[in-house]
Amino acid sequence: MTTQSLPQFGRSNGSSPSAIPAVEARSLTKRFGTNLAVDNIDLTVMEGEIFGVLGPNGAGKTTVLNMLATLLPIDGGEARIFGYDVRSQGHAVRQLIGVTGQFASVDENLTGRENLWMFGRLQGLSSKRAHSIADDLLAQFDLTEAAHRPISQFSGGMRRRLDLAASLITRPALIFLDEPTTGLDPRNRNQMWDTIRDLVAQGSTILLTTQYLDEADALAGRVAVIDRGRKVAEGTPGQLKTQIGTSSLRVQMSEAANTGAAVALAADLTSDTPVVSPTGSGFSVKLSDANQAADVLIALRNHGLDITNATVEQPSLDDVFFTLTGHESETPIPETEANKS
Amino acid sequence: MTAAITVPTTSSRPTARTVQTSVPVRDALRQITTLAWRALVKMRRNPEQLVDVTFMPVLFTVMFGLMFGGAISGSTAHYLPILIPGIIAMTTVTSCLAAGVQIREDMDKGVFDRFRSLPIARIAPLAGPMMADLARYAIASSVTITVGVIMGYRPGGGVLGVAAGIVLAVILGWSLAWIFLWIGTSARSVGAVQGMSMMVMFPLAFLSNAFVPVDTLPGWLQAVTRVNPVSHVVSALRDLMNDGAVTAQVGWALLGCAAVAAIFIPLAVRSYSRQV
Ligand SMILES: Nc1ncnc2c1ncn2[C@@H]1O[C@H](COP(=O)(O)OP(=O)(O)OP(=O)(O)O)[C@@H](O)[C@H]1O
Ligand SMILES: [Mg+2]
Repeated sequence: MTTQSLPQFGRSNGSSPSAIPAVEARSLTKRFGTNLAVDNIDLTVMEGEIFGVLGPNGAGKTTVLNMLATLLPIDGGEARIFGYDVRSQGHAVRQLIGVTGQFASVDENLTGRENLWMFGRLQGLSSKRAHSIADDLLAQFDLTEAAHRPISQFSGGMRRRLDLAASLITRPALIFLDEPTTGLDPRNRNQMWDTIRDLVAQGSTILLTTQYLDEADALAGRVAVIDRGRKVAEGTPGQLKTQIGTSSLRVQMSEAANTGAAVALAADLTSDTPVVSPTGSGFSVKLSDANQAADVLIALRNHGLDITNATVEQPSLDDVFFTLTGHESETPIPETEANKS
Repeated sequence: MTAAITVPTTSSRPTARTVQTSVPVRDALRQITTLAWRALVKMRRNPEQLVDVTFMPVLFTVMFGLMFGGAISGSTAHYLPILIPGIIAMTTVTSCLAAGVQIREDMDKGVFDRFRSLPIARIAPLAGPMMADLARYAIASSVTITVGVIMGYRPGGGVLGVAAGIVLAVILGWSLAWIFLWIGTSARSVGAVQGMSMMVMFPLAFLSNAFVPVDTLPGWLQAVTRVNPVSHVVSALRDLMNDGAVTAQVGWALLGCAAVAAIFIPLAVRSYSRQV
């Protein structure tokens, strides 16, 4: 790596992204007692991209983000934000970032509007301007009706949106989003995705964490997969998928009783062992060639085994994750009682 | 809402901005007053937080006046000029104890994470609530004086002397609160903060000349009470409120408060900045 040139802020030519990475972390390490929460992670995020950090519970996503956002001391390695050293130039870094943490970081005692006004004032806006930006943001995030209610009466989704709004008051160049859609309903989730894309279209850079594989796939230009503090893979979602390289056929049977016979046929026609779905009413099988899908479906037809649905699926990041880490991602189900009983 | 959220374009390109290396004093002051506003709104919405500066002083004044009055000075009326300044100092010390507990509770809340991630003066989240607390100390000493007057206290220093006394009490509260703020930012739990604060609060309030004449104490205890800034504040309060006199004790009191602040502000800011 060549030596870092000085950060060039306030340059007049606004269209070409700077050569200085938005985030550059080398051998980032964090230890909590004996627990190595983040273990030698390298990350480079270029200006203008959406970079996803993907990992299951406890992987170290929040810890990485907090270190980069100057919220946690860095135990080992180094990190730069737009060329500014996170350890020694924290104040400069804080002027360039907006942070939306995993848990709501707004004041429970204040209303939504008061919160936004306060954060605007803290960042140097005049009282009037802070009010007008607060009102704009409340309108944009569909919170106008709730503007004068204390946060303690907000729903989880409303808090989440207010939280993001509070990070956007000064339009930071780099925005950290820790699990931005956790706890949102599907509609709000899609809106959050649009908002994130919008921010990037307007010139911000986004570093987000997620445990949802489809979210990383849908949003991020590049993804780092981390597991137990280590980075296990990095690349575009497409590159990660080609590492697995197979699509699969998923079939839903009309009658669950026929699943056994159908699985036997599929096993003969493909080189994979089909997996029966948890309900027993269907199966999925990996394809080495897309034409095998037709073979299987024709065979089912010829044997009079009716289906209700069939889809050919690209390998999901779930598959990628499984291949990379050797264990299932624990994402969709909370680890607690859900698995037992 | 059906349309996607469009983020308002409130400024030019995000990176087209200059970065400051430190917070200008004017900005720091605005941040402190903004956070003082936040603390005052909180106080207004949770009036139960004011119990220790309203009912407690009433209770102390009545209780101590009736209990000790006869025993120490022969009668309550004689004792009041000695007692009231002592109670003002004591209620001020007890009401700044809350500063530590409050900062601990606050720091455990999410909003403090945001404060830490903003480019604001490190001291602002501490100094803001401290500024709002000045109102608490003023309330506590005013209540004490009012109850005292009802019980027969007639301050010889007049309105000016009393006003000066209240100002001194507020200064005392502000400077001592940094001790509790330091405890609040260092200890891990609210319970620990409470326990440790009590251990600091009792000697501060009672190992002083607040309730008993110092010359009745054993020699070593006299030495302790003499270095306690609260003693000097109590003496200064007596001089100001009873005699309307600005004596050397006032100077010692201010010096003591300044010394406490000079020691504990850096400690509190450092342990606050270190907090994970
Ligand atoms: N303050 C802390 N003290 C001690 N251990 C911690 C602390 N914060 C995190 N850890 C540990 O560090 C590891 C990584 O935690 P982290 O919160 O970064 O995970 P995560 O990927 O954000 O998980 P999640 O998806 O549940 O939010 C975990 O083993 C966790 O127990
Ligand atoms: Mg997390």
